[in-house]
Amino acid sequence: MKALRKIIKYELQNILRSKWILIYTLFFFLLTDSLFRFGGSSGKVVLSLMNVILLIIPLVSVVFGVMYLYNSREYIELMLSQPLKRRTLFLGLYIGLTLPLTLGFLIGSGLPFLVHGVDIVAHQAIVFMLLLSGIFLTIIFVALAFLISTVHEDRVKGLGTAIISWLLFAIIYDGLILMITYMFIDYPLEKPVIALTLLNPIDLARILIMLKLDIAALMGYTGAVFEKFFAGSLGLFISFLSLILWSTLPIWIGSRMFERKDF
Amino acid sequence: MKKFFLILIILSGSFLTAKEITVSPDKAPRTLTAALMQAEDGDRIYVQPGIYREGEIVINKSVEIIGENFPVFDGESQHQLFTVEADSVVIRGLVIKDCGVSFIDDKAGIKVLETKGCVIEGNRLEGNFFGIYLAKSQGTRVINNDIRSNATSEAASGNGIHLWYCKDADIHDNRIEGHRDGIYFEFVQDGNISGNFSTKNLRYGLHFMFSDRCEYRENSFINNGAGVAVMYTKNVLMINNRFADNWGSAAFGLLLKDITDSKISGNTFSRNSIGIFAENSGRMTVEQNDFNDNGWAVKIMANCMENVFQENNFLNNSFDVATNSRNNFNRFERNYWSAYQGYDLDRDGYGDVPFRPVRLFSLIVEQNSTALVLQRSLFIDVLDMAERVLPILTPETLIDEQPALRRIPRSSGDVTAGK
Repeated sequence: MKALRKIIKYELQNILRSKWILIYTLFFFLLTDSLFRFGGSSGKVVLSLMNVILLIIPLVSVVFGVMYLYNSREYIELMLSQPLKRRTLFLGLYIGLTLPLTLGFLIGSGLPFLVHGVDIVAHQAIVFMLLLSGIFLTIIFVALAFLISTVHEDRVKGLGTAIISWLLFAIIYDGLILMITYMFIDYPLEKPVIALTLLNPIDLARILIMLKLDIAALMGYTGAVFEKFFAGSLGLFISFLSLILWSTLPIWIGSRMFERKDF
Repeated sequence: MKKFFLILIILSGSFLTAKEITVSPDKAPRTLTAALMQAEDGDRIYVQPGIYREGEIVINKSVEIIGENFPVFDGESQHQLFTVEADSVVIRGLVIKDCGVSFIDDKAGIKVLETKGCVIEGNRLEGNFFGIYLAKSQGTRVINNDIRSNATSEAASGNGIHLWYCKDADIHDNRIEGHRDGIYFEFVQDGNISGNFSTKNLRYGLHFMFSDRCEYRENSFINNGAGVAVMYTKNVLMINNRFADNWGSAAFGLLLKDITDSKISGNTFSRNSIGIFAENSGRMTVEQNDFNDNGWAVKIMANCMENVFQENNFLNNSFDVATNSRNNFNRFERNYWSAYQGYDLDRDGYGDVPFRPVRLFSLIVEQNSTALVLQRSLFIDVLDMAERVLPILTPETLIDEQPALRRIPRSSGDVTAGK
């Protein structure tokens, strides 16, 4: 535990020194703040912010995570020569990167909401859901990045895989869902589609936010099925279980591979 | 003018001969029925507080009935209560309750049949089948009544305010809750409906058919089973009303079916599954309305023609406009769309790039409702954008050439009708 804490501490210092994280924080701060200043209605702020969270956070997390691990190659090799468990090192690196990214996002987009506080009350549930999805997506996509860079020795391959995996989760997956709904249009597809969305963290986050934004449109039959599932306690439990699985599984597999990896 | 003189004559007559009768539980006449026997045209009957169980009360003289501190007339769940058959009757300040359900005749708290110039004001109607039922009457005024019931099924419930073959009715500042239809009009002409608050009714907050030249102002229709439905009517004015929280797969803020030459202006539609659903309607002007947070702000079927939608605000609706055809015979002009992303280089306040309010995704959802789960996905946004640039499936002429860049200010301010 002590070693883990030491690694995390070193990581935090290292990341803060690189200033990237400050830029990341500043980006979210300026974005949210300007949305408030120019966007007008609070509904619009939430909407634009949702798009950013669902797209930018996974992209930055996965690309930054992959690059970060490749750049720490020498440091990792150095640490591996020390009397230190590999798992501790891997987890230390992971937490050391996830923590500042999460905090950067939270502070960056949370502060403007506090400053322009009026709107929080009206959209409390949505803002909470937005921040929560941001946190989960950061954790999940850094974990994916760590898995990817452990699998691929080659940086270019690693970066390529990272970007493709982002494309897959953010865009292609939805195209597939649309295709499936058209292929089986004669069947009641609500439940299979719910199952499919549970498998994609970005979709899941999007739906949890959408349920709060588009509630009126969802009150038709199909929408009502989704609404009932995702707003019910069982549905919420399963959704969060899926998000938690998504954040732990890649890092668990990654750390096992890291333990066996030949450096 | 003739009518005015008639009223004047009746009034002047009443000044000469009018007498006052007081009904009270402790002193004769103990019942309103007995008092009515003594009364003559133009008399005034005061009713002291108490509970009166007299069954049906037929008013066939032009009297004024005034309750003091809300005396209660109880139909004991079996009697039709007040039946007004004389002109210029006034009923004021009574509690009228429990007329009972009937599947054979339309039992009502107050029934006004073939009269002129009656006034029903400031009463409380509780748990009646029909609340106030007007048939073949002229110039009736229904003002400031509180009409509540707790209907559970459409078949076994009546309407709050029901008008059939009436003329010049004036319905205002009533509150209607828990009936089948809040306000129901059939074959009514020149009605004036304003400041009413209709909520939690099983079917429609307001329902009218064949009721030409009626005017609706500053009413609120909130959280009714299926919103508001208006059908088969010409020359309707709907101004500054509020339609909100009508949720469901067949719920509309406002359903327009066969409505022509009408004007819908200054209304607010918020949080409805569908704000306005228009079918086979033409030559309507829909202007200066606000559509906020609806599922579909406007669904307009291809059999609607020559309607003009101008200077409306479309804010944060999941879908702004949907239709069922590639043909479009309506005009959209100078509206503000919160989804619009264009620019205004010539600074005239209107965007230089036209706006297409029909999203490709709304067509997809129309065919394939499960796809609704992809709302707000980047993939769908990309599809929508591609379709906007090069419309292949969405109606090419359904387009706002001059989308406003700023929210259009409302001339009248927000409506806060309701109590």
